[in-house]
Amino acid sequence: MIIAERKPIDEILKFLNKHQKVLVLGCGGCVTVCLAGGETETGILHSQLTMARNKEGRPLDVIEKTVERQCDFEYLAGVRHLVKEVDAVLSLACGIGIQTCAEAFPEKLVWPGVNTKFLGVNLNVGEWAERCQACGHCVLDKTGGICPVARCSKSIFNGPCGGSQGGKCEVSPDTDCAWALIYDRLSRLGEVDSLREIMPVKDWSFSRDGGPRKLVREDLELESGQ
Amino acid sequence: MKADSNLERMLESGSFTVTGEIGPPKSCNGDVVRHHAKMLKGCCESFNLTDNQTAIVRLSSIAAGKILLEEGCEPNIQIVCRDRNRIAIQSDVLGAAALGIKNILCLSGDHQKFGNHPTSKNVYDIDSIQLIKILDGMRNGYFANGEEMRDEPPKILIGCAANPFADPFEFRVTRLEKKADAGADFCQTQCVLDLERFERWMEMVRARGLHKRIKILAGITPLKSAKVAKYMNNNVAGMMVSEEYINRLEHADDPKAEGINIAVEQIQHLKNIEGLAGVHIMAIAWEEIIPEICKRAGLNPRPQA
Repeated sequence: MIIAERKPIDEILKFLNKHQKVLVLGCGGCVTVCLAGGETETGILHSQLTMARNKEGRPLDVIEKTVERQCDFEYLAGVRHLVKEVDAVLSLACGIGIQTCAEAFPEKLVWPGVNTKFLGVNLNVGEWAERCQACGHCVLDKTGGICPVARCSKSIFNGPCGGSQGGKCEVSPDTDCAWALIYDRLSRLGEVDSLREIMPVKDWSFSRDGGPRKLVREDLELESGQ
Repeated sequence: MKADSNLERMLESGSFTVTGEIGPPKSCNGDVVRHHAKMLKGCCESFNLTDNQTAIVRLSSIAAGKILLEEGCEPNIQIVCRDRNRIAIQSDVLGAAALGIKNILCLSGDHQKFGNHPTSKNVYDIDSIQLIKILDGMRNGYFANGEEMRDEPPKILIGCAANPFADPFEFRVTRLEKKADAGADFCQTQCVLDLERFERWMEMVRARGLHKRIKILAGITPLKSAKVAKYMNNNVAGMMVSEEYINRLEHADDPKAEGINIAVEQIQHLKNIEGLAGVHIMAIAWEEIIPEICKRAGLNPRPQA
């Protein structure tokens, strides 16, 4: 899941400073699950914005709406009539939703309401952790299902480095050493000997380093007849 | 001979080898390096030049290495994977070799969080083991992409680090083995401040016959005070300082002198450990003490190799 965090209210107020009427647009996908930009948070932000601007003596007219998924042009088409009414859109979706929104409404300013943090998992109430960096070439088969790209602070492939102590990373005592986790898990599974092999240099061209990525599946294109 | 450096000849001769370390300054003042080179000349086979250690911007290790060459000292330049990708690193290796640098030490590098630019982006295109492998390929005439060099390959001796004080302890020897497999010729360990653990590690190294495949130099760091020792023990990941040393420094009238005594005793003890090729003296921000330690430990004058 994509994990996001609502931006501070002061930052959002600065974005909206020159507007009189805005659409606060929530998303029913990941940001709903991670409690950053779903229907509830959209309602809360609506009240916060209204109160803050009333206090300043220059009220802000706010419409709120939460769509199924903002990363889908189809769902955004459903709010086109609302977008027409406002000066700008404040999107509470992740970075993908915000950009899809901007692409769907080229004539309108679209402001980001959240910081998109990472691809991760919910560990506890109010606690999320990164698990994947979408590097495009999965190595989890070699590392016992624990990702060194996302979870090692140095993204090294032949760890652990000399900064691993007591299972923790040198960067912080709160951070598990990914390679200690990999070593422990493969030891438990009786597969630790596999770590004696040198993992070769990574082909980063599958990652962001190859430029913005695109996936085209011809089988699906053919099937759809388009 | 792979590089025909002083260091390589001494390691090959089987004599107990000594290397030192010089931290380049946080300025373009090459005289600081020159000063250390003049002071330390002749007391070690070669001197490591750190590569922006603890992620603090400093005079480059290759430039410092060139200054050492001018002063008649042999450099061993460190390369970390934190700041450069495989393109920049290979370019630097060619440049260093062109300047006459023959020893290169491959490291992952401290995370930039600890340095003076914590908001920077790290690189880690490759890790230290992959770096060793790339350098081994280069000295055999191939770039990292497999392309054959059209001219003479760089003649370099490849070094690496090992930390017997990091975890998981049992895997530390395997990791050294991977470095030997990758092509490392010698290894300098993290500072040994817990002899008992170091000896257990050496036992495991010998059990696998690794000391016959890679030359191991034990890291020696003289401690200036009990405060420093405690700080290293408690706050630096991958460092261990035994209670005994902390106590001795705490009760010493002159802690600095006691720190030197400990370093000298350690070297004398380590000389008798089977499979150890020598010591690497890292007197952090205290380079001027290296000659005294070498002299008192019976390591100077250096034999010719």
